[in-house]
Amino acid sequence: MSTQIPKQTEKAEETEAETEAETPSKGDERRAEKRRRADEKRRQRQAEEAEKAAADEHTIELRVFRYDPDVEGKQEPRFDTFHVPFEKGMTVLDALMYARDTYDSSLTFRHSCRQAICGSDAMFVNGGQKLACKTQISELDEPVRIEPLPHAEVTKDLVVDMEHFYDQMEAVEPYFQTNDVPDGELEEQRQSRENREKVKMSTRCIWCGACMSSCNIAAGDNEYLGPAAINKAYRFAMDEREGEDVKQKRLEIIEQEHGVWRCQTQFSCTEVCPKDIPLTEHIQELKREAVKNNLKFW
Amino acid sequence: MYEHDVVVVGAGGAGLRAAIAAQEEGADVAIVSKLHPVRSHTGAAEGGINAALRDADSWQDHAYDTMKGSDYLADAPAVEALCQESPEEVIQLEHWGMPFSREEDGRVSQRPFGGLSFPRTTYAGAETGHQMLHTMYEQVVKRGITVYDEWHVMDLAVTDEEDPADRTCHGVVAYDIQSGEISGFRASGGVILATGGMGQVFDHTTNAVANTGDGVAMAYRAGVPMEDMEFIQFHPTTLPSTGVLISEGVRGEGGILYNDEGERFMFEHGYANNDGELASRDVVSRAELTEVNEGRGIEDEYVHLDMRHLGEDRILDRLENILHLAEDFEGADGLTEPMPVKPGQHYAMGGIETNEHGETVVDGLYAAGECACASVHGANRLGGNALPELIVFGKRAGHHAAGKEMGEAEIPTGKSGEWEPADYEFEVEVGETGSREPAAADGGAVATDAESVLDAEVERAREFVEELLSRKGRNHAEIRSKVQKTMTGNVNVFREEPGLKETLGDLREARESYKDVAVSDPSRTFNTDLIHTIETRNVLDIAEALTMGALARREFRGAHWRKERQERDDENWLKHTLVSWNDGEPELWYKPAILEGENKTYEPKVRSY
Repeated sequence: MSTQIPKQTEKAEETEAETEAETPSKGDERRAEKRRRADEKRRQRQAEEAEKAAADEHTIELRVFRYDPDVEGKQEPRFDTFHVPFEKGMTVLDALMYARDTYDSSLTFRHSCRQAICGSDAMFVNGGQKLACKTQISELDEPVRIEPLPHAEVTKDLVVDMEHFYDQMEAVEPYFQTNDVPDGELEEQRQSRENREKVKMSTRCIWCGACMSSCNIAAGDNEYLGPAAINKAYRFAMDEREGEDVKQKRLEIIEQEHGVWRCQTQFSCTEVCPKDIPLTEHIQELKREAVKNNLKFW
Repeated sequence: MYEHDVVVVGAGGAGLRAAIAAQEEGADVAIVSKLHPVRSHTGAAEGGINAALRDADSWQDHAYDTMKGSDYLADAPAVEALCQESPEEVIQLEHWGMPFSREEDGRVSQRPFGGLSFPRTTYAGAETGHQMLHTMYEQVVKRGITVYDEWHVMDLAVTDEEDPADRTCHGVVAYDIQSGEISGFRASGGVILATGGMGQVFDHTTNAVANTGDGVAMAYRAGVPMEDMEFIQFHPTTLPSTGVLISEGVRGEGGILYNDEGERFMFEHGYANNDGELASRDVVSRAELTEVNEGRGIEDEYVHLDMRHLGEDRILDRLENILHLAEDFEGADGLTEPMPVKPGQHYAMGGIETNEHGETVVDGLYAAGECACASVHGANRLGGNALPELIVFGKRAGHHAAGKEMGEAEIPTGKSGEWEPADYEFEVEVGETGSREPAAADGGAVATDAESVLDAEVERAREFVEELLSRKGRNHAEIRSKVQKTMTGNVNVFREEPGLKETLGDLREARESYKDVAVSDPSRTFNTDLIHTIETRNVLDIAEALTMGALARREFRGAHWRKERQERDDENWLKHTLVSWNDGEPELWYKPAILEGENKTYEPKVRSY
């Protein structure tokens, strides 16, 4: 057994998500914000390098949510503290893996690819939904507080039950449908570059669930499809290869009682999306499509 | 006990394609995977899918390039199947809606890739694998195929005849990560292993944490040989701190490699005077490490990959994803500065021995994708040839397991064809430590009828888990870390005999340590400590077989470089290395590579780029 660094225990605090209503921002503003953050990051890096000697001895304090329904002593949620030696470029995931492999092998979280494509490790880090693998420790205030995604049932430690999220994703007929497949052998359906560009961002979703967790509406209405599922519907509804009749059916699905009209454009989903998908814009565009479509039949 | 006609283990590209194919043939199919399908590492593939789609191209040219790239160690019948069927499989994906990048005329885009004589790498930005994985999972949802996700398959239920060729696979035993339930999965038609890579054998890898080679190790312990395990592809452009992959697409689009002195070393130091940065991956990886070893590396560790001259528009259009990766994981802005890169473990050319239908020597057991070795990659895989392998051989295995008539395979499995015993004596003991464990670990069972075989295997798995949870002992993480370090230290891009021997000794020690491994988390709920501990056993089996192959093969072919003999030796080594578990006493043997294709023979030539 490895030496366990003395742990402090504290009563679990309410892990209620405090998703503030965001000021609506446009794509350009987001990009500007990204650039600003990148500049800030670069400056921070330079500062770090200057203090390299100091940084070598630096340790990071993590406060990690713990809960296990199966183990006596962990049935009451609590926070454990871990001290992890800081290394340049260390991510939240790196820190968690270090804590697990060095101090407590029962520390549990999902992770796989380490490069923001498998979508396993969305967590609530210092009060925001983040992918642990692409969140630099150096960008966070200490102690770094790590909790499971809010608004989902906690299975154990940082693992939440994703079934509801998957159910919503599958509720929008999330597969390509067309009546227009060419007859010729080896002949593809043509798609314009513009149209591919239009759906491109929507196809980047990695099903991490950060958006759903951040959404106040989803928190209050369990049947709300949520941003990821609506984005999935957008991905197909806007794909010119599917054809008008299929689009008609898709708009009916997203117009249902717990569909697009529930969205109150708070932009929290767009803010937390680790793949920068303009989720709110996609939802708004589907609303407009639905209105246009309804007028057509009116 | 769960019962299906076909059970697919793993839900990446090969597993999903196999499941769809089996269902198309009318089978009741289920996927069992330790990850939810969309978490699979196929999603991380960036570059693209090689397919001869255009009039000016041909499958024959693709096959020629692949045989040459393999350094003449691939088996031609498998290569020709890959190249003939890849076009229809790519178009199938398009018809399933996959969002490929497009040309002005609306057709799917293709780009040049290393080692290809025609720009036939079909792609979706620098996220081709992600789009492919999600497109196929959409089809699985549409078809209502049963998925047992977050179920970790522990072992196969295989009969225990003396000769592996007489054995039958009746199913698998799996552990439900969520609940701790252990159950048998009966597969009356067949089990298809599609468990992907084994990068966790090394400590600097582009592979996911989940890529522990489970299927390869399970098949091995059940009697199926591991083939050509010494051939590991080290990708030349991975980020130094994390191993995150920077796609070959960057070089395909015109990215340039520089050393610390600002030299374009691929040309200036004569590593590849024709193709430069687009030479085959093994060539570029060795070039980079040679630069570093000779003191021309940056910070003595890496080189620079520069794409700034491509211009912001082109980068954003075709390589946007690369900008995010370089920024998020290395803090480099690819638009304004060169990106640091170094070689990292990327892909296993070897794996579970199969024929071109995906069949193994054990009846009812199939393998497809990276875990399998048909072999289409031989000693070196070309960029853009992994994704077509998933869909072509996933489909073939799915069809065959579901009972489709596919004719006699040309590639022999096991010792059914020509073979010879190895000529190498290992100084270190390999295989099972101490007295043999009861068959718990090697998947054998005394009974022969399906139900008893499965029941016995389930019982053994339960006992094994109980023991791991109840005893005190070492944490697996220290053992795994030791394996990864010695493998990266000595079984890397450059290999020499003393280092390889040292590693075999280190692995022996690690095996000894593993006898005392224990799981300290007592929970039945989401016990990842337990799962990782079981995986580490698989990592150990694979590392050992890999090192055995690397020691025995005294030549330089493709990705396998030996200091003792720095040239290809066709007279003695136009043959595959196979390691059989042999009930705990590993046996090394060889079988010839098949260079005769349908209408031509691929004569070995000098492999220059």
